[in-house]
Amino acid sequence: MRIGVFICKCGTNIAATVDTEAVARKALEYPDVVYATDYMYTCSEPGQQEIQQAIEEYDLQGVVVAACSPRMHEVTFRRAVEKAGLNRYMFEQANIREHCSWISKDTEANTRKAIDLVRMSVEKLRFNEPLFSSQVPINKRVLVIGGGISGIQAALDCAEGGLDVVMVERESTIGGKMAKLDKTFPTIDCSSCILGPKMVDVAQNENIRLYAYSEIESVSGYMGNFKVGIRKKATYVDWDACTGCGLCMEKCPAKKSFDGFNEGLDTTTAINIPFPQAIPKRARIDPKYCWYMIKEKCRICQKICPVDAIRFDMKHETVVEEVGAIIVATGFDLVDHSVYGEYGAGQYPDVITGMQFERLVNASGPYGGHILRPSDGKEPKNIVFIACVGSRDPSIGRPYCSGICCMYIAKQAILARDHIQDCNCYVFYIDIRAPGKNYEEFVRRAQEDYGVQYIRGRVGKIYPEGERLVVQGMDTLLGTQVEVDADLVVLATGVAASAGAKDLAEKLRISYDEYGFYMESHPKLRPVETNTAGVFLAGVCQGPKDIPASVAQGSAAAAKTQALFSRDTIETDPQIASVNERMCIGCGKCIDVCPFGSIQWKTLRDGSQKAEVLDTVCQGCGLCNATCPPKAIQLQHCTDDQILAEIDVLCAGERHG
Amino acid sequence: MTLVNGLRMPRDCDDNFIHQVETESRQQISKCYQCGNCSASCAYTYVYDYPVNQIMRLIQLGQKEAVLRSRSIWLCADCQACTTRCPCNIDIARVMETLRFLSVEEDTVSIKNIQLFYDEFINSVKIFGRVFETGLLAKYNLKAKKPFTDIDLAPKVLKKGKLPIIPHRIRGRKQVSDIFKRFEDYRNKKNID
Amino acid sequence: MSQTAKRIAYYPGCSVTGTTVEFDQSTRALCTALGIELEEIPDWNCCGSTPAHSYDPLLGAALAGRNLALAEEMGLDIVMTPCPSCLKALKEAIRKYEEKQQSFLDILQMPFSGQIRAISVLQMLYEDIGPKTIREKIRYRLTNKVIIPYYGCLLSRPPEFARFDDPENPISMDKLLQAMGASVPEFPYKTECCGAAYGVTQNHIVGKMTGRILDMARRLGAAAVAVACPLCQQNLDLRQSQVNRYWHTTFQMPVVYITQLLGFTLGIDPKKLGLDKLFVSADDLFKEKSEPLENQTQLKSA
Repeated sequence: MRIGVFICKCGTNIAATVDTEAVARKALEYPDVVYATDYMYTCSEPGQQEIQQAIEEYDLQGVVVAACSPRMHEVTFRRAVEKAGLNRYMFEQANIREHCSWISKDTEANTRKAIDLVRMSVEKLRFNEPLFSSQVPINKRVLVIGGGISGIQAALDCAEGGLDVVMVERESTIGGKMAKLDKTFPTIDCSSCILGPKMVDVAQNENIRLYAYSEIESVSGYMGNFKVGIRKKATYVDWDACTGCGLCMEKCPAKKSFDGFNEGLDTTTAINIPFPQAIPKRARIDPKYCWYMIKEKCRICQKICPVDAIRFDMKHETVVEEVGAIIVATGFDLVDHSVYGEYGAGQYPDVITGMQFERLVNASGPYGGHILRPSDGKEPKNIVFIACVGSRDPSIGRPYCSGICCMYIAKQAILARDHIQDCNCYVFYIDIRAPGKNYEEFVRRAQEDYGVQYIRGRVGKIYPEGERLVVQGMDTLLGTQVEVDADLVVLATGVAASAGAKDLAEKLRISYDEYGFYMESHPKLRPVETNTAGVFLAGVCQGPKDIPASVAQGSAAAAKTQALFSRDTIETDPQIASVNERMCIGCGKCIDVCPFGSIQWKTLRDGSQKAEVLDTVCQGCGLCNATCPPKAIQLQHCTDDQILAEIDVLCAGERHG
Repeated sequence: MTLVNGLRMPRDCDDNFIHQVETESRQQISKCYQCGNCSASCAYTYVYDYPVNQIMRLIQLGQKEAVLRSRSIWLCADCQACTTRCPCNIDIARVMETLRFLSVEEDTVSIKNIQLFYDEFINSVKIFGRVFETGLLAKYNLKAKKPFTDIDLAPKVLKKGKLPIIPHRIRGRKQVSDIFKRFEDYRNKKNID
Repeated sequence: MSQTAKRIAYYPGCSVTGTTVEFDQSTRALCTALGIELEEIPDWNCCGSTPAHSYDPLLGAALAGRNLALAEEMGLDIVMTPCPSCLKALKEAIRKYEEKQQSFLDILQMPFSGQIRAISVLQMLYEDIGPKTIREKIRYRLTNKVIIPYYGCLLSRPPEFARFDDPENPISMDKLLQAMGASVPEFPYKTECCGAAYGVTQNHIVGKMTGRILDMARRLGAAAVAVACPLCQQNLDLRQSQVNRYWHTTFQMPVVYITQLLGFTLGIDPKKLGLDKLFVSADDLFKEKSEPLENQTQLKSA
C-alpha cells in the first residue's frame, strides 16, 4: 500500500506547540508511507488540492491527515480524497489539536504524542478496506409533533414546499399557548388575530393531515423511513359528523368540568369546545366529569345533537403513519408556583399566574375580558406583578432565565392600565431582559407612558390582610422595604419542559437536558437539528424563547426537512456491522444485545441459522462486535483488527526520552 | 454608619476580607445576585443602617470597615428568614453570624450596650455554668448606666416568683470554665498564627 | 401514637428555670400524664445561646456540646428541649461534629459520638404523641375558642436545619389545637419574629414586632395566642404592658404555652401547669373547664 501523510499546522493552533516538521519526517520511516509533509491550513482549498496532487503524483492508495478533530473536517477530507479517485474510507484523521496541541504547552511532549497518534493512524489505515454505501429511497412525508405556533409554521412551510405533512397535537385544538394569549409583545397585536389565519391555513391545506387530540405512541425506523404509531384518543364525539355548532355545550348540565383552557379560573361543561376559534372546531367529552360516564345519567347531548355525532362507546384508536422526517415542536408548560409557601403555595385565589392573567384580560376568557379578582369578582385597584417566579432560582432547581417574563409583565401591566382607569401597577423585578427588536423601547413605554411603577427587588412574602393582600418586597436601589396593599398579584411563572417531554424523547431517541428541554446538535451552529438523523426541533421544546424565535425555528426546521428531501434517495452509512457467515455460530447474542433491533436471523441453504444485519437500521454502535464470542460480526471501519493494530503499534513504540 | 462614598479599584477592595468571610461562613458570597429577597423578608430592615442585601454587596466589594462597623450585624436577630428565602441557597444568617464574631475580633462592635449585655451573659455562664438572670439584669443596668431598665416589670415578676434571688451554681462549673479557657487559648493561638 | 414509658433526655435551658418557669412546669406535668419519661440532663450548663455564638460559634457549640455529651452518657438517643434557641445551639454542636471540625472536639474534650438527635417540645408532641391521641385522651375541649398558633422564627426554619414542619406555613400546632377542639384561623404571622432577645437592650424592637402579632391576633378575634417558645412567650406576655405603651393601646391577650393548653384539656391541675404565673390572665379561657365531655365514643367518631 502507498500511504501519504499530511501534518496540518493549523496556523498556530497546532504549530505553536507541536513540531509538525519533525512529525512529518518521522512519518516517512513508517512502513508503507511514501510521502509525508506538513502544511499551513490543510482544510483550505489549496491544502486540499495539495493532497489531491500528491495522490496523483505519488500514486497514493491511502491518506492520513493529522489535524483537528475529525468532527470538524473528516467529511471535507473524505470528499477531497474521493475527488482524487480514492475510496473515501481509505482516509484516516489523527487528532493532534484537541487531543494534543491544545492540551499542553510542552512542545516536546506534544510532539512525541503527535508522532504516536500519527503512527497509530497510519497503522490503522494499513488495515482499512474500501467501503461502499447503498442508496435508500426517502419517504417525502414529514411528521410535525405539536400544533403550537412553531409547529404550525413548520407545517405550513413544508406544505408550501409541496411536502405531505402529518401533524399530531395532544390537545383537542391546535394553537398551543399562543391561542390563550390576549395580546403579544411588543406590537400589542391581538394573538388570536395573527394566529387564527395560520390555524385555518393548517386546517384547509390539502397537504396537511391533522390528528388533534392524539399522541405519539411509538416510533421506529430511521431517517427517510420512520414508522410512527399515533394514538387517537377517544373524544366520544364523531369528528367527521360534528359541525362545531356548540348546542351540546349550551345544554350540558355538568357545568363543573375543569377548564384547562381558562387555566382553572372557570369551570366548563363536560362536553365542550375549548374556545370559539378552535381548530378543529369539534366537541369533546371529558370522561371525568360527564354524568353519563360517571353515573349513567343524562345523555342530553346525544339527544339534541342535530347530526347525531355523540359516541359514548368510542375507544382509543391507533393509526400508523410512515414519514421520512420528524419535526418536534412540543412547546412547554409553566412552572408550578405552589412550591412557594411564601406566596401562598397556590392557595390564595387572588395570587394568579401570568397565563391566568392572560385569560382574564382576553375577551373570550372567563370574565369576558374584564380584569376582576377571582375571589370576589371586584375590579382590582392595585395590581402587583412579580418577576422571576420559578426562574433564576437554584433553590428549586431552576437556575435558568425563562426569557419571556420581563416582556410579558410589561405587556400585562400596559393592558391593565388600559383596562382599568387609574389602577396602580407595580412590577417587582431583579433585572430586565429585553433583547429583541423594539423590546427595550416597549419596557420603557410601560414605565414612561403608562406609569407602571417598576421596583427593583424581590418579594419576600405575600399575606392576606382583610380582603386584600399585603406584598412585602424590597427596593434594593433605595435600600428600603416596600409593602404594597394589593388587590391582585400576578406571578410571572417561568417556563418548564412540557409534560411528558422526557417520555417522548425516549421514543424518538433524542437527548434532553436536566430540565427536559431537548438537546440541539450544536448550541451555536445547529439549533434545530438533533443528534438523531431525520429528527428536527422547533420552538420552546428546545429551550425558552419568544414567538419570533419560535416561528424562525419552525421555518428553519422546515428548511432542513426540505433539504433532506431534495434528493430522492439517501446514502446509507457503510460504517455499520457486517456478519462473516462462515464464522457465525448462530448463538444469537448479537440479536439480543442490539438496541436498535437491526439484526435478524437468516436461514442458509443448508438449514443453519446465521445473524444478518439490516444495513438501513444499524446505527454503527458496535455493541454486537463487542459481544460476539467468535468475533464473526465486525463493525466496518472499526474492526477488531484495525483497533488492535493501533494498540499494538502504540504499545510497541519506542520509549521516548 | 460607615458610608461608602466613591471606590477606587483594586485599591479599595479588601480581597482578604472576602476570603475570610467565605471561609469562616462556608458560603460562596459571589453566588448572590442581589435580588433583595433577604431584605424583603427581614423583619429588622427598618432598624438596620444597611439592609442585609447591601451587607452582602459590601462584602462582595471587600468593604471590611463598613460591614464590621455596621449596626445591622448587631441588630440581626438570627431569625433565619433570609436563609429560608434566598433563591441562591446562601445561608445568609450564617454570614451575619460570621460578621458578628469577626467584628468582636476586630473590636469594631457598633452597638455597645448589646455587646455589654452579651458579655455579662457570658460572664454569668462562666461563673455559674448557667445564666443568673437577676444578676445579669442588675449588672447590665449598672454598667450600661440604665438603672431603670425593666423596672416597670419588677413588682409583678417578683410577686410571681419568676426571678430567683440566689444563683444556681452547677457542680460542673469547672468543666464549663475549662471549656472557656481552652477556647480562649485556641483563639489566641489563631490570632498569633 | 403514644409509647408508654418512652425515655427522653431533657434539656430545660436557662430561661425556663427563670422567667419562663411555667413552660418547664407544664412540660413536665404533661409528659408525666402522657407517659413520657423525661430525664433531666444532670448538671446541665447554659448552651450559650445568642450571646455565645455572636462571640464565636465555636464557643457556643462547645458549651452546647457538653450537654449532648452528658446526654449520651445517659445512654439516651434523643434530647428534647423546650427552647428553640437552645435547640438551635444543640443542633449547631451536632453540625460542627458532622463537619468534622477538630477545634470543636479539642475545646469540648469530652467523648461525643454525634449520634444523638435533638428535638423541640412541639416536635415531640406532634410526631411522637400526635393529634389523634390528643383527641382521644382529652377530657375538656376548647370549643368555640379562637386560638392563634404562633410558632416564632426558629421552630421550622431554615428547612434543611430544622427538618420539622413547613418553613412558611407550619401546621403542627394548628393540628394540636384543632385536636383540642379550638377554632384555628389562618394566621399570616406564624413565623414572623417577635423581637427575640432585644427586650432589654432595644425594647422598641420588641414593642413593634410583638405588637404586630398581638394586633393581628386581636383582629382575628382570638381568645388566646398559643406559643411553643419561651422567648416568644416572654415578649408577648411578660412584656405585653411595654408593648401596650409602645402602641398606645391595651392588648389584653392571654398568651399560653401549648403545653399548658394540652395539660388543661387533659385535666391536669392548673397549679401544676403554672397558669398562675402568666402576666396576662388566661382565666377567661380556662373558666369553662366545668364542661366535661358527654361521650368519649362520640368524640372518637368525630
